[in-house]
Parts: sequence; structure tokens; C-alpha cells
Amino acid sequence: MTAAKIATRESYGNALVELYKKHNNIIVLDADLAAATKTGIFKKAVPDRHYDCGIAEANMMGIAAGISTTGLVPFVSTFAMFAAGRAFEQVRNSIGYPHLNVKIGATHAGISVGEDGATHQCNEDIALMRTIPGMVVINPSDDIEARAAVEAAYNYDGPVYMRFGRLAIPIINDKPSYKFEIGKGVVMRAGKDATIIATGLCVGASIEAAEKMAQKGLDVGVINIHTIKPIDKELVIEAAQKTGKIITVEEHSIIGGLGSAVCEVLSENCPTPVLRIGVNDCFGHSGPAVGLLHEFGLDAEGIDKKVSEYLK
Amino acid sequence: MDNVALKKTANELRKDIIIETYNAKSGHPGGSLSAADILTYLYFEEMNVDPQKAKDPNRDRFVLSKGHAAPGLYAVLSLKGYIPSKDLKTLRHIDSYLQGHPDMKHTAGVDMSTGSLGQGISAAVGMALSAKVQKKDFRVYAMLGDGELQEGQVWEASMFAGSHGLDNLTVVVDNNNLQIDGSVKEICSPYPIDEKFKAFNFHVINIDAHDFDQIRAAFKEARETKGKPTAIIAKSVKGKGVSFMENAVGWHGKAPNEEQYKQAMAELEKNGEALA
Repeated sequence: MTAAKIATRESYGNALVELYKKHNNIIVLDADLAAATKTGIFKKAVPDRHYDCGIAEANMMGIAAGISTTGLVPFVSTFAMFAAGRAFEQVRNSIGYPHLNVKIGATHAGISVGEDGATHQCNEDIALMRTIPGMVVINPSDDIEARAAVEAAYNYDGPVYMRFGRLAIPIINDKPSYKFEIGKGVVMRAGKDATIIATGLCVGASIEAAEKMAQKGLDVGVINIHTIKPIDKELVIEAAQKTGKIITVEEHSIIGGLGSAVCEVLSENCPTPVLRIGVNDCFGHSGPAVGLLHEFGLDAEGIDKKVSEYLK
Repeated sequence: MDNVALKKTANELRKDIIIETYNAKSGHPGGSLSAADILTYLYFEEMNVDPQKAKDPNRDRFVLSKGHAAPGLYAVLSLKGYIPSKDLKTLRHIDSYLQGHPDMKHTAGVDMSTGSLGQGISAAVGMALSAKVQKKDFRVYAMLGDGELQEGQVWEASMFAGSHGLDNLTVVVDNNNLQIDGSVKEICSPYPIDEKFKAFNFHVINIDAHDFDQIRAAFKEARETKGKPTAIIAKSVKGKGVSFMENAVGWHGKAPNEEQYKQAMAELEKNGEALA
């Protein structure tokens, strides 16, 4: 882990610029949030391939669907709340049903949106997007993974939902061996007593929590599931078989997200006790992101506390 | 095609609509029959399309935003040569590719999957925008229902199209004045439709949806209009061509029974003979 911190929304904006240098058939759409989603970075670099659709997310999804049938690859961006929430049915019917080659870059996911409060803190997007047949759902854990995800999404033929955050987070994947593959989880740390399966910014926090637990004599492994759909079944089952106890950690509702996805895999293949850590079927509220993550028990301290108690 | 040939073709299309919905035992004959003349004109006169090159990237596009008029679209695609006419009888059957609403993945000639109202026009706007971005000269046509205008997304899409001056886009409103629950005017009036599209920076043309001279002139005017998208408000008769279906709200989403099927086909046969 390095000291540098960067928000994955920023990685997204930077990655689009890099992607265009290699593949000039991309086009970026936004809905009056270019400065926040960071597609503004792309707009500055490639102004004639950035279209602002105004505050009309449902229409923007349809425009992206139409564009994708004509040889360009649209990356369509807004906050997760509006991409997965407001425009759910447009994503389902105009993009998912015809399996169109549209890439959705949804930023400001989860409670770490912070001060804007509950109306803008989307804790339901993974659940919603996961239910659409054929939709790939990716939730990267840092800058390196977010940029790799954008490239992988481009190379995949079909709809992809990418979840990015507002909060600057540490870089955790800065290893020469790092390789991103859609649908492949990454073992971040081996452990014998239990395995934490985490996604997004909770991966870094979970590694830190595992380090704290190690000092107390608990040997807990950490797996990074960046692709929630299709989920890496083999890795999840293997972890359950090896350690017997699974804990999922996500900045998302415990209903329908990573925790549910892991439980679905295990209940059918390898019934295993699972502790789901996430947003417990409640709305968030205003406050600084770091303070909220602490309050909701999604920082290293909170994860350490809950997992340590669970493993007692 | 001259007007007589167009009328004959549209009459064949209407027969197919009746055959399709009768064999499906469900579906939407009313709004398919009201759209039949314009669908005929689009596929046989207006659009640059070729069933032998169904995926040609430079072809014109048609989006049936009022996707429930699928029987009308399938009928015209069949007459044009995209799909075998024998398949029309399988509409809505469990083993058929002809879905209740258009499915671009499985039906040749369908440019966009539609059915959830308000969404097709956005896809059409995306196609038109993409043509401009790629400096291609294909044109995009979208057909909407008048009840569909109650969906807010229609106006989001129109605002974008007007704002970006997408003059390669032509929107046709099939203005038959009926929706499932009754008259469009009484349920939630979209009128004046022409003024609304004008306010969104469209060039607007009002026509009779069953008059081929007016249809021809309108599409010509749309093609010649620069800097603005065009909206053709086509005043139509729901159920047009089948006496007992005309202007009858009950025929929005109901299939004819055997007796009604025979009567409808007899009327259309007679109509066809009169054109011969």
C-alpha cells in the first residue's frame, strides 16, 4: 500500500483519456455532472467526443443504447443513484434486454458520497444491476483496478456497470504481478481462521483490519471481488472450504449486493456460515465520508471489531 | 411506387396484421392498423434499406417507439423481405422469435428493441447523434404513439434532439387519439402536439396519416429541413381499414375471434379488389 490516495472516479476520467488514445471509437456521455464524475477530464482532452445530455438520465441511457448500435462505444456517466436507480428500467429494457455494448460509469456510489446525504448515497446499485441478465457489474478497489476495469469493460462485448467512488482511497494493487480479469477474484492475503470477501473501497480497509487481527493472533484472509457479476464462484467456494467461515464487506446494502451474491454461491455449493458487513437496511445521512464509514463500521477499526467478535 | 401501389401494399399489410393477431390470440391490432400507411411509405418509398444488407452500417434506421404496434412492423418487414411471411402466424407463440414487442436480437430488420413506452425515441436520438458524430448521412425515423407522449422521457429526448439540431431525425406521431383507458384527450391531453414539438425546436408538419400525397410531401419536407429535427403529426384512425375496429378503444390490445377475423379479412379483400 502506498501513501498516495486517489478516488476511483478520478481514475475513471483519466482512464477514458488513455482509452481514447488506443480506441478512437469511444464516446462519453454525462448528465450535467462532468466535473463530479470526472468525465470532465475527458471532455477537456477530447471535446468533440463528450456529450452532455443535461439533467435527463433516462434519456441519456436511451441515447447510449442508440449510439451503441451504430459502431461507437458509449461510456455513459452519472451518479450511481441516477444510473442504477432513476434509470433502472431504461438500463434494463434499452440496454440489458438487447445486450447492447454500453458501458455505464457510475460514480458517487455508497455512503462515502458524504455530505450530500441519503438522497445521493446509493447503497442499492449492485443489487439492481446484478438482476439484469447479461450485465457485468464491476466495483474496483483502487486507482489501478479502476483504470484496468475501464479497459476490460471496453474489450468486453456487452453491457458493463462500473461502480466508482467519490472519496480518495489508498492504492493497494501496486504490484508488478497485478492483472485484472473480469470475473476473477484476487487473493490479497491468505489466512486460516476465516476469509473476508470484500469489494470496492472495503478491500483496503479489510486488509488493514486483517493486519490488526493478525497482531491478536487471528489469521484472516482477504479476497478482493472486483467483479460481482459474474462472481468468481470457484474462489469463493475454495475460501469457504479452506477456512470454514466467510465474512463479506461492502459499502452497499447487505441486501442484494456482494454479501447476497456470496451467500447464493455458498448455499448452493458449500453451505457455510457467512457474516455480512455492509449498510444494514437503512439510509445514510450527511457527514464527512470518513466519519460515515467509521459510523457504519466499514473502516478498518469497524471491520476488525465485528470480525474479531464473530470469530470469538 | 405510385399511390395505388402504396395503397395496395398497405392493404396487404393490414391483412397481415389481422392474420398475426388472430393467430396470436392477443396483440395490438388498433395501433398497428392506424400506422399501416406510414409504415408502408417508410419501407417502400422513404428509407434507404435493403433486406439483403440488413446490417449495413450506412442504412437508414427505424425505431418503433410505440413497440406494441409490432404486428404492423413485422408485417412490413415481411412484405419487404426481411422475414418469411409464413412466420407471421407465429407471433407471440412460445417457440417463435416474433416477440410481443420488437426484439432486435432475434428479428432481422428490427433496429431497436422497444415496447416500454418513451424509450425508443431516445435510442433514435442516439442513432441520429452518432450519424452526426461519425459524419455519416443515414437518416433516423421514430414512430411514437400519441398516448406515449405522456411519458416524460419523450420530452427529454425531444429537448436533446431540438437542442442539437438533429436534422437527420424524423419523429412521426401516430395521432389516433386513443389509448388503453380511453381517449388521449380525456385521460391526459398532449394537445396541442404540434405546438409542443415546435417549442422543443422541431420543424412540425401536420398531416392525414392515411393520405399518401400528404405523407410523401411531409417526408420530403423533413429531408429538406436543415438545422432542426422534424416532427410529423399524423392524424390517424385507430383500427383503420376494419370497420368494427375503427375508432374503437376496445381494439387497442385485443385479437379478433374467428368470426371477427373472417369479417375483417373479407373487408380487406374487398378493399384490395377495389384498388385493383
